[in-house]
Amino acid sequence: MIEIIETGPFNTVQDLGRPGYRKIGVTASGAMDPFGLKIGNVLVGNAPGAAAIEVQTFPFRLRFTGPVVFTVTGADCGAKLDEHPLLPWCTHAADAGQALELGRPRTGARAYLCFAGGLDVEPVMGSRSTSLRGAFGGNGGRFLTATDRLALCAETSGHRPRAGISVVDPAFALADHLPTSDDGSLIIRALPAGEHDLFGNDAERFWTQIWQISSKSDRTGYRLSGEPVKPTTPVEMRSHGVVPGVIQVPPSGEPIVQMSDANTAGGYPKIAGVIDADLWRLGQARIGSRVRFVRATHREALDVEKAMTLFLDDVRVTCGMVTRALNTMA
Amino acid sequence: MNASFAMLTSSPEVLQSTRGGARVSAIGARAFLLEALGEFDLASQRRIWALSRAVEAWDDISEIVPGMTNLLVIFKEIPEDPEPPVTRILEAWDGARSIDLNGKTIEIEVCYGGEHATDLPALCDRSGLSDREVIRIHHEATYRVFALGSAPGFGYLHGLDPRIYMPRKTVPSINMARGCVTIGGMQTGVAVLTGPNGWNSIGFAELRMFDPSSATPAIMAPGDTVRFVPVRVEL
Repeated sequence: MIEIIETGPFNTVQDLGRPGYRKIGVTASGAMDPFGLKIGNVLVGNAPGAAAIEVQTFPFRLRFTGPVVFTVTGADCGAKLDEHPLLPWCTHAADAGQALELGRPRTGARAYLCFAGGLDVEPVMGSRSTSLRGAFGGNGGRFLTATDRLALCAETSGHRPRAGISVVDPAFALADHLPTSDDGSLIIRALPAGEHDLFGNDAERFWTQIWQISSKSDRTGYRLSGEPVKPTTPVEMRSHGVVPGVIQVPPSGEPIVQMSDANTAGGYPKIAGVIDADLWRLGQARIGSRVRFVRATHREALDVEKAMTLFLDDVRVTCGMVTRALNTMA
Repeated sequence: MNASFAMLTSSPEVLQSTRGGARVSAIGARAFLLEALGEFDLASQRRIWALSRAVEAWDDISEIVPGMTNLLVIFKEIPEDPEPPVTRILEAWDGARSIDLNGKTIEIEVCYGGEHATDLPALCDRSGLSDREVIRIHHEATYRVFALGSAPGFGYLHGLDPRIYMPRKTVPSINMARGCVTIGGMQTGVAVLTGPNGWNSIGFAELRMFDPSSATPAIMAPGDTVRFVPVRVEL
């Protein structure tokens, strides 16, 4: 059991979401940085999609009511266990009564607290993620608040998870597969979408200009500030299904990137769609930061996804081996 | 590739294929949207239902999302080359014959007018009809659920009488109540969440459209017939 001592708003229980229900209007939800969540879960011996706490407002503090192996992945937020600094992307053992504190992130926007066993909240429609819009799932369909208590599931890996196992931050480990820029803006790969060409010359400017993530951004979507892009003539669309990553342009001309709590349907013209393999990087982008979109191909999107899958497989295999070895020696 | 198949690509990177009255475009790397280019009517939607049934049976599909005369197809894996899946979807469209879904009939009890009918006066102004006529025209029609979306269990209902057409508001109502019976353009529906809403409210229904703990969380399904039953009129 863990008990929340202090939290800002907007921190929720998340897993990999509940895809499959968009056709009845239910948002998939799930972690904004699913890669960070998966790595964290694998480190503590969980299935990649076990439920964890997504922390996006800081400071955040919780107390352990029993011994637990846990890890903090995603944003580097200077985690401390009873004032002792903790390595991120590393497993740690907490004893009953110890307090974990996360401070303002040095890099990234969202941290994932993964616990051996995973959070034991009631699954709703196949997922433990919080659906804020529908007010169900996770911790009663709402944000975490101080004094909330969350139970943990029994460990399932068959071997006792150990402290001290760490991985390299995937932003470094996968650097060969992640584009960088000279000006510090985040480079996100996307494919042109259905109405791209209706934007005329503005379509090209969408790709060349640097956009800023506006303060009106949240888990539902990121609004981008910059010189507006507009279709050459107004576009009337019939409502259609959308997925996270779709970049829609409302009449204001400032694009919206749908994120994990994406609406299930939309009707604004679509200029592009972010590749799945870059959504986690966008999920770690902060309000006010700069982003530029580059064209990708299906082939490239597939290659990045393969590299990420290989990395995760490697973490799982290695972590399992090291854990078994440590348990044998113990 | 037959002669009617045209790759309409004004710039080489933009994937967009049109044939047989439909076009397919990409949303990200795993999802493709087929849009029927014809009228927004029941005939087009029946063909979308047929296509949905065919595509849903493919074993490499993660999820499908039927929309208004369109279908979003989400694959499990990213295709190395987008052309084969696009061609497959267009071929399935070619083969999709109109089907009628054997939907159920849902009767929704409505209190027309009253405190929730915030947009009834504007609708009267626009249509030149009295409030009683607007209400009568709304409840005398028979509607079909074209698709669900936008919010959990929300059904887009087709069959609105053009006399009570009312465009969506440019400035949405900030806090419209769940249960409001609304008109948005040529569509009608019942709000399933309390919150911002750009549709025009003319009444209120108590029926809960969505229950996440149920085996079938949404009451409505595509193809269902919906009738509104006036239980009270407050003018």
